[in-house]
Amino acid sequence: MTTRRELLAGAGLAALAAQLPVVALAQAKDSVTIAQTLEPPTLDPTSGAAQAIREVTLQNIFEGLVKMDRAGKLQPCLAESWEIAADNVTYRFKLRQGATFHDGTPFTAEQVKFSFERAVAPDSTNAQRQLFAPIVEIATPDPATVVIKLKQPTANFLYGLSWGDAVIVAPASAANNKTNPVGTGPFKFVRWNRGDRLELARFDGYWGEKPALAKAIFRFMSDPQAQVAALRAGDVDAHTNLSAPEAVPQLKADPKLKVTIGRTEGETILATNNAKPPFDKLKVRQAIAHALDRKTIALGVYGFDVSLIGSHFSPLHPAYVDLTGTYPYDPAKAKALLAEAGFPNGFSCTLKLPPPSYARRSGEIVAALLAQIGINASIEPLEFPQWLERVFRNKDYDLSIIAHTEPLDIDIYARDDYYFQYRNPEFKALMAKIAVTLPEAERNALYKQAQEMLARDAVNGFLFILPKITVANAALDGMWTDWPLPVTPLAELRWR
Amino acid sequence: MIGYILRRLVALALTLLAAALVIFIVLEILPGDPAAVTLGLNASPEALAALHAEMGLDKPAVLRFLIWLGGLATGDLGLSYTYRVPVAQLIAERMAVTLPLALMAIGLAMVIGIPLGMLAASRHGRLADAGVMAFAQAGLAIPNFWFGLLLVLVFAVGLGWLPAGGFPGWQAGFGTALKALLMPALALALPQAAIIARLTRSAVLDTLQEDFVRTARAKGLSEGVTMRRHALRNALIPVVTILGLQFSVLIAGAIIIENVFALPGLGRLVFQAIAQHDLIVVKDLVMLFAGLAILINFAVELLYGLIDPRLRQS
Repeated sequence: MTTRRELLAGAGLAALAAQLPVVALAQAKDSVTIAQTLEPPTLDPTSGAAQAIREVTLQNIFEGLVKMDRAGKLQPCLAESWEIAADNVTYRFKLRQGATFHDGTPFTAEQVKFSFERAVAPDSTNAQRQLFAPIVEIATPDPATVVIKLKQPTANFLYGLSWGDAVIVAPASAANNKTNPVGTGPFKFVRWNRGDRLELARFDGYWGEKPALAKAIFRFMSDPQAQVAALRAGDVDAHTNLSAPEAVPQLKADPKLKVTIGRTEGETILATNNAKPPFDKLKVRQAIAHALDRKTIALGVYGFDVSLIGSHFSPLHPAYVDLTGTYPYDPAKAKALLAEAGFPNGFSCTLKLPPPSYARRSGEIVAALLAQIGINASIEPLEFPQWLERVFRNKDYDLSIIAHTEPLDIDIYARDDYYFQYRNPEFKALMAKIAVTLPEAERNALYKQAQEMLARDAVNGFLFILPKITVANAALDGMWTDWPLPVTPLAELRWR
Repeated sequence: MIGYILRRLVALALTLLAAALVIFIVLEILPGDPAAVTLGLNASPEALAALHAEMGLDKPAVLRFLIWLGGLATGDLGLSYTYRVPVAQLIAERMAVTLPLALMAIGLAMVIGIPLGMLAASRHGRLADAGVMAFAQAGLAIPNFWFGLLLVLVFAVGLGWLPAGGFPGWQAGFGTALKALLMPALALALPQAAIIARLTRSAVLDTLQEDFVRTARAKGLSEGVTMRRHALRNALIPVVTILGLQFSVLIAGAIIIENVFALPGLGRLVFQAIAQHDLIVVKDLVMLFAGLAILINFAVELLYGLIDPRLRQS
């Protein structure tokens, strides 16, 4: 009977499909596939703020004069050494000899001058212009020397030169770096299938040590389930920062994989509008601080312990002080403080949440904790562009939750008109002093004061540091555990 | 007939123009600045102004609408805010994934659904019929993203036969690319197959009551030939209709499935463009989907005429 024959044909097709010849690809030992959550919008770290751009390009395709290592220390890179003159404003860099760009252009002092001048040009869209603002003069006495003169002593000038915004690009290729990046790094760009993967290959003309891997693929997957499936199926060799914390126990139990929980520079805060009543009252902010049970919030979001913070500073920095005890969790005290501030029955406010899951999840718990002391916070989920517009730019908010992922960004509290609206001349003076204090021990002592000031003033609710959940094939060595800077240097990876 | 088609085309153009205006206005009043999204929390006012000029956002809205329309008419869809490459190129890249995926899903749905429907109709009221109907119920009830995850767990994580997701690109070879699309297409096809099976069954049962089928049987044609040549042909009309109507469902399903399987298709592009405030891409894609939906309805009507001789006379 035909119907049966047709049905059989259908069944046969399905069976065929299931029995496609399965070629078990042995893991070639000189290539790696790394997954990351977000795709970079372009491949030029000097013209956009997206962290994903830095994650794939910095220290792989592009290099700066200095680079940050996995411990957060500055190392020589395109500058093999440097001296700071006695005037504290003249930096003399001795440049690496024999470095070339991927298109064969030799690396010289000219490109350093070009790159830094390009960053502050009128049509520049460099997201960190202020890094270059102190520069008054760039001199190139010879091809292997650059002398940079600054307006005033700038403590974090060198530190900033390790960022993606300060990589060295060449005049001939700079305009096309968004889609066809040409740098001096150990890996060169091969192909980018937008929405799926980016292919890189070892650059044979690299000035430094030859990387162990000949080929690397970055794959972009934002769906948490897809990330876990790809790791377990062996489609990818590692994920730089997993979006599915709930899958950690299951992945830890898999002998083929290793999981590490590291730290980043991402301070997750309950951002508070210090200029808007009742949040302009210190007692109200202190009450909120006493109501925030950080441990519960972090466990609720991640299911495991992450670094808790009591101020706007990351434990990855040597100047970090633990200030989580400034206002310990104490609902009774919080209620008393609210009553003293004139709110014996609490009050109502809004809690505007951007899309990331850490914000949405901690938002639910924070709202519940605030309810315990009589503050009724109604949650308003926002898309990121709306969050930027309403909360960040127009300061139209009471409370919000966001992670500030830029390294060493405590100076935002000194900015005029920043969205916390924290206006403290004393803090501003302290930041100005830090900016010109070059000796490290002295500067770190000032940083400690700054952290304490923000903690005491309970400017924001300080919650936790975004973790870096790295999952990798057990035989792959060299993934960074912590992220003092969000990068994934492929040259440090090797198969055991 | 020609006049009718012309009238339809004019109406179609007006519909598209109205759609373009609505889409533009809606996205215009949406809060959020694409340049701010690109430059992040630490952007300086100078950098923002430079990017505004680069994106053409410093021009008045009316002018931007006219530029966009002019571009649409000439096939220039503008530059993506996010990727800074022509939107047409992005769409073409993603089409190379979504189109094969959708066609594979429709193909699978028909290959699974039509035979099952016919089987149920020919075994009306018996065990096979009940079995097919149960399958259809399940196929409609199971969310396809969940079914997709299940497929991944079994065939990728468990057995390691197929990749868990992603798309190596057609340059990796036809077989490899097809393998990457097989599971997502199956997940996308399941509810469609269920609908088609139910529809085929009831349509075949209906046509079996018709006079011309009785004539065919009287002529002494075998049951199989009667089924194929007469009953099935007429039963296909509602199936084709539903495939046309299901287009938007298929697109919506593709958005979800492409995210589950990390496929770089149009669905995922829409999703990303909305999240990243890449408004040019959103505008162009919504226009594209609207245009496609209208054209497919158009095509379905023409197909009717081919399948059913009675419709050709009008």
